[in-house]
Amino acid sequence: MTPILQVGGLTKRYGRHIGCLDVGFRLFPGEVMGVVGESGSGKSTLLSCLAGLLTPDAGEVIFDTRAEGPRDTLTMSDPERRMLGRTDWAFVHQNPRDGLRMRVSAGGNVGERLMAVGAKRYGTIRSAAEDWLSRVEIDVSRIDDRPAAFSGGMQQRLQIARNLVSGPRLVFMDEPTGGLDVSVQARLLDLLRGLVRRMGLSAIVVTHDLAVVRLLADRIMVMKDGRVVETGLADQVLDDPQHAYTQLLVSSVLQV
Amino acid sequence: MISVSGLSKSFTLHTQGGAVLSVLQNASLTVAPGECVALTGESGSGKSTLMRILYGNYLAGGGRVVIGGTDLTRAAPHRIISLRRETLGYVSQFLRVVPRVPAVEVVAEPLLALGVDEAAALDRARRLLTRLRVPEPLWSLSPTTFSGGEQQRVNIARGFAHAYPVLLLDEPTASLDAVNRDTVLQLIEEAKTGGAAIVGIFHDAAARARVADREVDVSQFTPRTS
Repeated sequence: MTPILQVGGLTKRYGRHIGCLDVGFRLFPGEVMGVVGESGSGKSTLLSCLAGLLTPDAGEVIFDTRAEGPRDTLTMSDPERRMLGRTDWAFVHQNPRDGLRMRVSAGGNVGERLMAVGAKRYGTIRSAAEDWLSRVEIDVSRIDDRPAAFSGGMQQRLQIARNLVSGPRLVFMDEPTGGLDVSVQARLLDLLRGLVRRMGLSAIVVTHDLAVVRLLADRIMVMKDGRVVETGLADQVLDDPQHAYTQLLVSSVLQV
Repeated sequence: MISVSGLSKSFTLHTQGGAVLSVLQNASLTVAPGECVALTGESGSGKSTLMRILYGNYLAGGGRVVIGGTDLTRAAPHRIISLRRETLGYVSQFLRVVPRVPAVEVVAEPLLALGVDEAAALDRARRLLTRLRVPEPLWSLSPTTFSGGEQQRVNIARGFAHAYPVLLLDEPTASLDAVNRDTVLQLIEEAKTGGAAIVGIFHDAAARARVADREVDVSQFTPRTS
């Protein structure tokens, strides 16, 4: 099986400070990998480098493209990479405001991404938007409302609809449940799990919440000071952590 | 189907001054298709640790753990994930569920993950829930609010939804009444007839005598302290 994403030697420095150092892994189709670590561990830097939002200093990010097979996205031209960002990739930001257009209606937010990949007929776009709003449990009667009128949980679900409508194969998520109430988090996690399974998506989820990775991820990568300190099956890393830092993380979670 | 040799396991507790707990040494175990092996030994002898290693939930320290042709000690995570999807089932003592997912979907999930048609998967789930006497009004509710016994039956239904060639059972009859206990033992017998290789921990001696072909005393693998 060809990995959908193959990363090697990925390094990003901010002056003398290390963002991430020599990160490598392979992600297979349908796999969800959680990246965990404290604030400042380099996990968000890594995600931005993978998704082409930040240019790393060294390394390779080889994505299995639909048309031409595995290609290093770091040596692609900007338009090629932007096209991937609109078609095969999706990025779910922690703050929905970073991933939505707040002055455009909910339907417009979803439809816009379809238009970016060439959809033209109003009727088709409108009905796809309606379909996706209901899939993320937003009442279709809200289609013409602006996201500013939505709750945080609804905004996050709208951001997910906007991202998934174009049928991506790889989804990057940065703290997708951060900043939401726990009850809203559970609903969102349940929704994400269902979508990932039904659409056969591969995903990389950055979070500091170990409960989120246990529910969502097949595998875990633990980062500390920009380096990967431990990787493995999600339940194995959480139940039998090997590295001192991972043991500290796991033992620091409050039990309810 | 299961072949364990030279297995060792210790835990290094970095948060507690680097204390090392040695739990298993030179453990071996072989289970053939259609055979059920019961792990015995007093509490703390390493039965659950061995079970968790067989599932890939704990990392082996050394040795080989071959399940259905895959050596868990060397396999890449995605290989273990597909092994768990297709070959290796595990019924733990506790149900870990996502809030909001209805019981019937919790049970059908392993089949859906295998690509079984949704209607067929839900149908199989309903039949298992019926056999295990989980009241129908509960099927559409999340098991998070169920009683311990009801959760355990949902857990068992989920574990038996797909006919795994290798099945690990950790106290499958604990907290069940006599009638449901009998149903679970029947499910185990049916899985054996279907060719499953089964490893179980049964504190219930009568249940163990009924389904197990052999016993393996895990305390023989406890490292000698010198």
